[in-house]
Amino acid sequence: MRGITNIGVRLRPFALIAILLILWEIAARRQSAHLLPGPWGVVHGIADLAQHGLLVKYIVASLFRVTWGFLLAAILAIPLGLTIGWYRRAEMALNPILQVLRPISPLAWIPIAILWFGVGDLAAIFLIFLGSFLPLLLTAINAARSVPAVYVNAGRNFGLGPVRLVYQVFYPAVVPQLIVGLRITLGVAWLVVVAAEMIAVNSGLGFLIIDARNAGNRYDLVVAGMVIIGVIGLLLDMGMRSLEKVRSFRWGYSED
Amino acid sequence: MSVAEAVLASSLKTKLRVDHVSMVFKRGGKSTPVLEDINLEVKDGEFVCLLGPSGCGKTTLLNAMGGFLSPTSGEIRADAEIVHGPDPRRIFVFQERGVFPWLTVEGNIGFGLFKLPRAEKEKRIAYYIKMVGLEGFEKAYPPELSGGMKQRLEVARALAVNPDMLFLDEPFGALDSITRLVMRGELLRIWETERKTIIFVTHDIDEAVQLADRVVVMSARPATIRQIVNIDIPHPRDISSARYLELRDSIFKQIGLAQKK
Repeated sequence: MRGITNIGVRLRPFALIAILLILWEIAARRQSAHLLPGPWGVVHGIADLAQHGLLVKYIVASLFRVTWGFLLAAILAIPLGLTIGWYRRAEMALNPILQVLRPISPLAWIPIAILWFGVGDLAAIFLIFLGSFLPLLLTAINAARSVPAVYVNAGRNFGLGPVRLVYQVFYPAVVPQLIVGLRITLGVAWLVVVAAEMIAVNSGLGFLIIDARNAGNRYDLVVAGMVIIGVIGLLLDMGMRSLEKVRSFRWGYSED
Repeated sequence: MSVAEAVLASSLKTKLRVDHVSMVFKRGGKSTPVLEDINLEVKDGEFVCLLGPSGCGKTTLLNAMGGFLSPTSGEIRADAEIVHGPDPRRIFVFQERGVFPWLTVEGNIGFGLFKLPRAEKEKRIAYYIKMVGLEGFEKAYPPELSGGMKQRLEVARALAVNPDMLFLDEPFGALDSITRLVMRGELLRIWETERKTIIFVTHDIDEAVQLADRVVVMSARPATIRQIVNIDIPHPRDISSARYLELRDSIFKQIGLAQKK
């Protein structure tokens, strides 16, 4: 009995999605002007892309840029941020600059990215790097600053040298916060790649959307691109979330 | 020298000596004296309680003894060496906040044993898990444990490195009153088997009189030592005995609470 109710509860969101899709289809068919393609049209659009070999090609292109931009940012920003957070004075000196840079959207850098790298992968990667670097740096600074002094003191008390203190106390103490920062930032990077591809390159999911509009008003392909972006974004987030379930990290997310 | 005399001599050896220690905290051009001319000698294997009102500076004194703070003037010697920093021979136990939440019970107890060979390390971990009654929780993480269990875990982690001395800073302050009573009993049992020198900070007069060989009564800030009271009642202590009440009342008077009681 309970198993059946459980399945019912789990199916509820899918049922809601199905109802919304049906309503969308009905609304799309009833309209006279073509304001929005219906879900069936979008499915056709996706099939069309797959047939031309563009679906995989564009997804790979977008993921490739996000991976490189995000990884480069993580490799540089995390060690730098942890070091800055550890030394209070460095943090105090850098803070005004960081606070000025922070409200600038990474998209504002598009003209400069094109000026430096031309239209192509490098410009897009650079933009994703910029969009990821600052949030990751701030996350790492905060993570380092919030390591409780008792952990470090306990580590010193047991006779740990500086290297062991970093690997056995400092690093495990900051990991849960870093994972949250990485997850949020990966979401930002995925937002940035779409915008960057609309302007700085001629492949990828962002390019697909802008190109489908410019070359023949194929709004079914526009919406197809949006749906694919949404699904991949969700999968990326689920991947990062699964890290938060690791037992030795979970303490950082408990409610108490 | 007879065996009895040798035992007596070693048990009377000075373990820790605090000599004219004063401490002044400077912040924003303002200086606050926290400790004033503290002198104290602790014997090997002795259980000493530092008792005083909240914020009087007893934790500061304990931190100085542990090597986490250096005194503004005066010196602290452990085994005749001046204390310059924390040392694995003298382990500080922070309430239960000091256990590492990213390590299991085993991982926490083994934390300080990184220099030992694997087999020896495992043997010690098992021994101390048993001593503090955490069998069955070897693979559990601290967030899954109760406050009292976390506290026992931290004590086990400290004992595992076989220190000469333990510093306990209000270790049972965050526990409920029943768990606190149980933990006092456990600590005494462990102290009687391991015979470590223990310095225990508390603001609870009953706790001090139940546990300590000597109670160091401190004044409000800047802390000075008002009196050192010998608790000459053998363990297990009868907390309704005349001597217990007499000693407790004399400390109450010392702190100036006799009328308010």
